[in-house]
Amino acid sequence: MKAQMTLTVNGEERDVFAAVHKTLLEVLREDLGLTGTKHGCELGECGACTVLVDGEPVLSCLALPVECQGREITTVEGLAQGERLHPLQQAFAELGAAQCGYCTPGMLLSARALLEATPMPTRDEVRQALAGNLCRCTGYTKILDAVELAALRLHRAGQIERSQARAGDSPGARAMVTGRA
Amino acid sequence: MSTKRFSVIGKGLPKIDSWSKVTGATQYADDLFLPRMAYGKLLRSPHPHALITRLDTSRAKALPGVFAVITGHDLPRLKFGIMPVSQDEEALCVEKVRMVGDAVAAVAAVDEETAERATLLIDVEYELLPPLMSIEDSLAHPEARIHEYGDGPNVHKAVSLQFGDVEEAFRQADLVREDVFFFEGNTHLPMEEHAAVAHFGPDGKLTLWSSTQTPHYVHRLLGKILDLPQAHIRVIATPVGGGFGGKLDAFAHEIAACRLSQLAGRPVKIALTREEVFYTHRGRHPVLMWMKTGFKKDGAITGMHFRSWLDGGAYGSYGVASTFYTGALQTVTYKIPVYKFEGVRVFTNKPPCGPKRGHGTPQPRFAVECHLDKAAEQLGLDPVEMRRRHLTEPFTKTANHLTVTTTGLAECIDRVVEASGWHEKRGKLPRGKGIGIACSAYMTGAGLAIYWNDMPHSGVVVRADRSGGVSVLCGATDIGQGSDSILAYVVAEVLGIEPKDIRVHPADTDLTPVDLGSYSSRVTLMAGNAAIQAAQRLRARIFEAVAKKLEVTPGDLEARDRRVFVKDDAERGVAFAEAVVLAESMHGVLAVPGSYAPPKRAGKYKGGGVGPSPCYSFSACVVEVDVDEETGQVRPTEVWVAHDVGRALNPLLVEGQVEGSIYMGLGEVLMEEQVFRKGVHKIPSMLEYKSPTALETPEIHTILVETDDPEGPFGAKEAGQGPLLPVIPAVANAVYDAVGVRVDETPISPDKVVRGLELKRQGKPARVGPEKLPLFTFPAPRAIDSAFGLPADAIAERPFAS
Ligand code: FES
Ligand code: FES
Repeated sequence: MKAQMTLTVNGEERDVFAAVHKTLLEVLREDLGLTGTKHGCELGECGACTVLVDGEPVLSCLALPVECQGREITTVEGLAQGERLHPLQQAFAELGAAQCGYCTPGMLLSARALLEATPMPTRDEVRQALAGNLCRCTGYTKILDAVELAALRLHRAGQIERSQARAGDSPGARAMVTGRA
Repeated sequence: MSTKRFSVIGKGLPKIDSWSKVTGATQYADDLFLPRMAYGKLLRSPHPHALITRLDTSRAKALPGVFAVITGHDLPRLKFGIMPVSQDEEALCVEKVRMVGDAVAAVAAVDEETAERATLLIDVEYELLPPLMSIEDSLAHPEARIHEYGDGPNVHKAVSLQFGDVEEAFRQADLVREDVFFFEGNTHLPMEEHAAVAHFGPDGKLTLWSSTQTPHYVHRLLGKILDLPQAHIRVIATPVGGGFGGKLDAFAHEIAACRLSQLAGRPVKIALTREEVFYTHRGRHPVLMWMKTGFKKDGAITGMHFRSWLDGGAYGSYGVASTFYTGALQTVTYKIPVYKFEGVRVFTNKPPCGPKRGHGTPQPRFAVECHLDKAAEQLGLDPVEMRRRHLTEPFTKTANHLTVTTTGLAECIDRVVEASGWHEKRGKLPRGKGIGIACSAYMTGAGLAIYWNDMPHSGVVVRADRSGGVSVLCGATDIGQGSDSILAYVVAEVLGIEPKDIRVHPADTDLTPVDLGSYSSRVTLMAGNAAIQAAQRLRARIFEAVAKKLEVTPGDLEARDRRVFVKDDAERGVAFAEAVVLAESMHGVLAVPGSYAPPKRAGKYKGGGVGPSPCYSFSACVVEVDVDEETGQVRPTEVWVAHDVGRALNPLLVEGQVEGSIYMGLGEVLMEEQVFRKGVHKIPSMLEYKSPTALETPEIHTILVETDDPEGPFGAKEAGQGPLLPVIPAVANAVYDAVGVRVDETPISPDKVVRGLELKRQGKPARVGPEKLPLFTFPAPRAIDSAFGLPADAIAERPFAS
């Protein structure tokens, strides 16, 4: 049986007509063409399919799209703002945190949820937050480093923004600390 | 080492594909969706060993939405295999299945669900045969043969090589020790499940996109298996989401997709499920090992005798090479003047084993390094000192005729010993904490191809565009290690442009010259050298044209910062793009090839082809562990690896390879096992097949040692596999230091540690490991003179060098 639904993905409203038993993972990849979201098991065991639903990490291989109607879905395609990468993406690229890159979308979204909740996490908090995302390539080292670097940059950007709000504008400062200068 | 004279090499640059990977733009095989594409599924055997007595697909064919159903009868009736000596596989089995997971039929349908439903409508009847689930079973039941070929009933390969007289070497020793070890099998577990899309076009030509590490070998095999002219087949390796050796064979799903596409007249995709990946396997062989070594009082080795028994699984795959590899590299690390090796690979009714990171060498390295630690204790020597004193010398040969060029192992040992505070810690840590060391060596590319030929192992074409942009075409496959980026860096360095000015077009048998594949740590060295040659040839043409214009000689010129200019008068020059225009005006189209084949150094004996390499990397590892004496849980707390990489072309990428290797080694030594019950995988899921998470991977310290090897591109050696090797025995040695228990088999799981502690309490030898060896008579050894200590040929001649 198929059903009509409306999903909000990366800020865009998308109409989908799909079989009701299809997972969010399948609908994103097959019906919406958003193949950035990956799968390593389709059983909820590897974290490769992680997306954000209302900012919370969700395993899309276990989620049903109907349950996500009216909620904000964010996939890896929605992390960058136009041509400006999210600081996590920037740090992952710079530090070599993506080797084969297959776990990367899921990692990025888990990390983004962490940084939203805990802007300056300890290394152990990062480990904890990413424990459900398996990576077979990197030994996690550069991934942990990248999340820490992104946290630092976001924190500094936040500081500058706050001081700008107090003392007027200084164009370019934010770009500098977010590595986009 | 100074990197001043380089502008790209030695810098920690982002990989050229990082941007697409962090944005989700990289298209892996399963991300391809072609118009009218159908979805395929394989029907697999539920029995480990059985004859197929009936196979009827008519009900499946009748299901609406099904486009095609095939069995082995729809393919040419011949067997194939990756090694010419082991042609024993069928894409779809016709008469007999040899393992759970063997494919017997395949369906293409409008969607995956319909395809799946159709497979359930295929009627298969089996007559069960006795399943042979272990080396002992298979040797004890020669009447229930799994294959009709090999070196004996259920014996795939038996080898025996002797380099000098080991018995005499033992007589000269002050201490002779024997030990037995077992290394459990484990699997690659790449995050990306294998997937393939085949499109048999109306022009009668076939294109296959596949997550493969070796498009060239798949290309060759498809020609044979499908009975199509190879010239009408195109294989494109999509970016691979992790390989580790698991995507190096031609697989049933690739072949079935091709044939289904031909019959259905539309593209067909087959994507494996995680469970299917566990059965596809080709991973680490379970290996039982016995070794005997003679030592002098100072730890010098007088001779070594090593035996290995490999549980090969149901097919040959790379198994002949794996068998030799369990004996080949023992001699590269320490001086072993006399050496004897006997190995046998036995067929069993389990998924076939093959190459996994370190191919056949982590098992013996585990044995050797634990054995050395035990000997050091008996001799009253510090395990570091004993190793350090007896390292192989640069530019010499080993007993089994391998050529060691540069070696940085002494420095590697010194650096990890210092960084870890070894001398302050060894034997001095509180109870339950321990520290261990181990060393290793690994090949930088196999000296010989899988099939015998005189052609290059790697080819590159560098093409310069009038815009100043440069394309690099090469058959190499980026599996995450960064081979595309390495190609861009070396070409950019030679041409004096930026990596960003370069586009790399990899792994397409229609467009790119052959590279044999991403295995044996060969790509940086072989494709790198070919790329350097091509870029230098292009640069020579450019210099010739620019020299004419500037009225200087080509020798006066330099290329750097996107300019070509006079060395002593940097103001005089032209932009790189202009230089290309001058060169194209003078020479015509600028598309220049480079070729690489390794120096011909293989030992002149049968079996001498496995082990030779242009150069070897070296690693030393120290691990610190915490052992919980109640639960037996071993927790590595810190790991130091120093790795002789020759030269780090990009230190960031090399560190990444070392870190990934350490992680994988920790998984193998502490938790990973590919085990079966009645032919069925016990744990074919990512939850139950335990692998380390971010929580279980400790802090890792990577130290890079550079030796500038004359064989390597800019002096580089491999980094992707070698650093895994010492991690496993270093953990075992650390566990012994912590609690005095020797676990002589992997994984070192809590139950084994607890058992060892219990033995210790009872006053028995605190050792847990194999007790028995299988009954098997090895063939009489081929006796070859030891080449130990002979000087290496001063200049290695290699084909295509000029
Ligand atoms: S694919 Fe969803 S957790 Fe593995
Ligand atoms: S980068 Fe390959 S799985 Fe994480």
